[in-house]
Amino acid sequence: MPQPIEQQKVIQDKVKEHEHLVVEGMDISGHWNRMFGQRAIFDYDPDNLAKVATLQGGESLEWCYGCAKCTAVCPVDIVGDYSPRKIHRKTQLGIDLFTSEDLWLCTTCRNCLRVCPKEVDMIQIMPAVREQAVLAGNVPAELQKAFEDTAKFGNPLGQAQRKRDAWTKDAGTPVPIMSTIKRPVDVLWYVGSYTSYHPRGIDAARAAARIFAALGVDYGILGKEEKDDGDSQRLAGEKGLFEMLAESNIAAFNNYEWQTMVVTGPHEYNAFKNEYPKLGFDRPVQHYTQFLAEHLDQLRPLLKHEVKARVTFHDPCYLGRHNGEYDAPRALLQAIPGVELVEMGRCRENGYCCGGGGGGMWLDSFTAKHTSMRLSERRVREAAEYEAEILAVSCPFEVSRFEDAAKSTGNDTLKVRDILELLDLSLRG
Amino acid sequence: MKIVVAIKQVPSLADEVELNAEGTNLDFDAVDFVLNEWDEQAIEQAVLVKEAGSGAVTVIGVDATGELDGVLHTALAKGADAVAKVAGEFEPGLTSHAQARLLSSAIIDMAPDLVLTGVQAPDDLDGQLGPMLAALMDLPYVGVVNSVQVSGRTATVHKEYAGGLMAEFSVQLPAVIGIQAASQPPRYAPVSKVRQLAKTATIEEIETAEDELESGLSVRSMTRPVSVGHADMIAGDAKAVAGRIIAILNERGLI
Ligand code: SF4
Ligand code: SF4
Repeated sequence: MPQPIEQQKVIQDKVKEHEHLVVEGMDISGHWNRMFGQRAIFDYDPDNLAKVATLQGGESLEWCYGCAKCTAVCPVDIVGDYSPRKIHRKTQLGIDLFTSEDLWLCTTCRNCLRVCPKEVDMIQIMPAVREQAVLAGNVPAELQKAFEDTAKFGNPLGQAQRKRDAWTKDAGTPVPIMSTIKRPVDVLWYVGSYTSYHPRGIDAARAAARIFAALGVDYGILGKEEKDDGDSQRLAGEKGLFEMLAESNIAAFNNYEWQTMVVTGPHEYNAFKNEYPKLGFDRPVQHYTQFLAEHLDQLRPLLKHEVKARVTFHDPCYLGRHNGEYDAPRALLQAIPGVELVEMGRCRENGYCCGGGGGGMWLDSFTAKHTSMRLSERRVREAAEYEAEILAVSCPFEVSRFEDAAKSTGNDTLKVRDILELLDLSLRG
Repeated sequence: MKIVVAIKQVPSLADEVELNAEGTNLDFDAVDFVLNEWDEQAIEQAVLVKEAGSGAVTVIGVDATGELDGVLHTALAKGADAVAKVAGEFEPGLTSHAQARLLSSAIIDMAPDLVLTGVQAPDDLDGQLGPMLAALMDLPYVGVVNSVQVSGRTATVHKEYAGGLMAEFSVQLPAVIGIQAASQPPRYAPVSKVRQLAKTATIEEIETAEDELESGLSVRSMTRPVSVGHADMIAGDAKAVAGRIIAILNERGLI
């Protein structure tokens, strides 16, 4: 059973109940004929809400008028008890968001903002409040470990920087590294941390290298000069860490001549497209699905082998809702002969969240205490309900999350594959 | 209670380390520097001692890399009250002798009650900085310590021996203590905080009159270890692997 974090109980000294109240000379007490009893008037202590709303980025929490549209779509509420409305209400009732465990459950999936009439923006509120919690040293241990590893090693997996390009050895095709080839390229491929180090991420990296080779793309990678993009750490409250990584990456990007940047992960895509420009780096960047979809005419004839399977696609929050790309991944999947694409109920704009965003990647055990199942487990169950044989993904966080979830929910027959892996399979048979 | 922590930076092993052209040391232009991990433990232990009682922690190092400021800002973010650096025309790779001379003359002037330092560092592995600091300042020394408690003018320190034996020492203060591990894992300094401090904090710069920086030792050559022999990986299914093992055992006349 999930443990509710705090009940929505009135914290006594924070909220007063009045029978009669005069505000600025005006009697606002309820009239007997409107209410069959005397209406209680709540006088909330505004301090806790003000503490959030006075932060830069925290302002919009105060705008909530309780319509509950967000609660209907929040992926955490579907497996727990959570939404901006609930956060707003609890804060009004005296709970301190800065020390509440609620602070760490939001995955910044953006589904609430999509529907909120008041534009209460958790994508701004969460990092702002979390930053204060981080500065005060109130960080869940798992998340702190990821921060520490990122600060020390340049990636949240705690792997050595010098091994960042070790995956290239068995790619089956030479992978050009910018510092070695010393020449301008068309495409700078930002590989990313999970794609460089995680065993299942590496599978996607090698697939991408083979696809680029087959297409004759003139590209290079940064290898040991590449560091984590830092965006999820920023959303989890470590803005300084994000800035430090961004400075290092921007210096590496500017070190070489290239035309377009292609990134493997949606979080990195979001970082370079929307956040790095604020720090002075503003160059064309594409998610790999967009880049390959643009090259579909060249790619299609190479997809010779059938991948006979019923496939469903999980929209990554940071490719879909955050950046509006829903079609490119689908175009790629539909180009693979044999693939039967089925949509899950929660797809595209209303796509479910894998639970990995906004620091969730490093809060699995913490979040598990407050939810009836992991978000990734909820999602693989949905994929299984639609009788999919393959759950296709296009985010390096997701492969391992969903594979673990498929096992833990007894859906072992559901395969989880990055679109890159499926394209590579069709390419090579 | 005045606590001083002596620290130094060492080459990061997260990157490939390169040798210099002469083959006498690392190529310091090609490595990144990080805080010696034992010194990180010493800072944590100092802050714990302060938190358990009262006092102020000063962290000090010799700026041999031109990059010591970042380390000192991190120390402040972890709870140090003041930071200082011995500034001058130094090169990376200073020996423990040089470090000890430079640091001791600066630390003596601070009149500390307790001096902590990492018990060793991976760059020279000689573990001499603590003992030499103590000798130069004429103070007692205990090394390989993994907890420090201070009461009045006495520090109670624990030292772990092989076989799970633990010794407890009472040390009259002032003293120098070489830290193996702090009694808690070092805390995390949020980079946001470090960056804020980098804008506001002041680092005291200490000039030195020390010019006797030779240790009497010089490295003649430094090389990568030559690998002798290697493991053969046997691939294939269980049957093939078993067959190959039997063949090898047969070849060597072992069965
Ligand atoms: S949708 Fe917006 S206004 Fe409505 S309850 Fe949620 S946060 Fe409040
Ligand atoms: S961003 Fe997503 S997880 Fe966070 S509150 Fe909104 S809907 Fe819930």
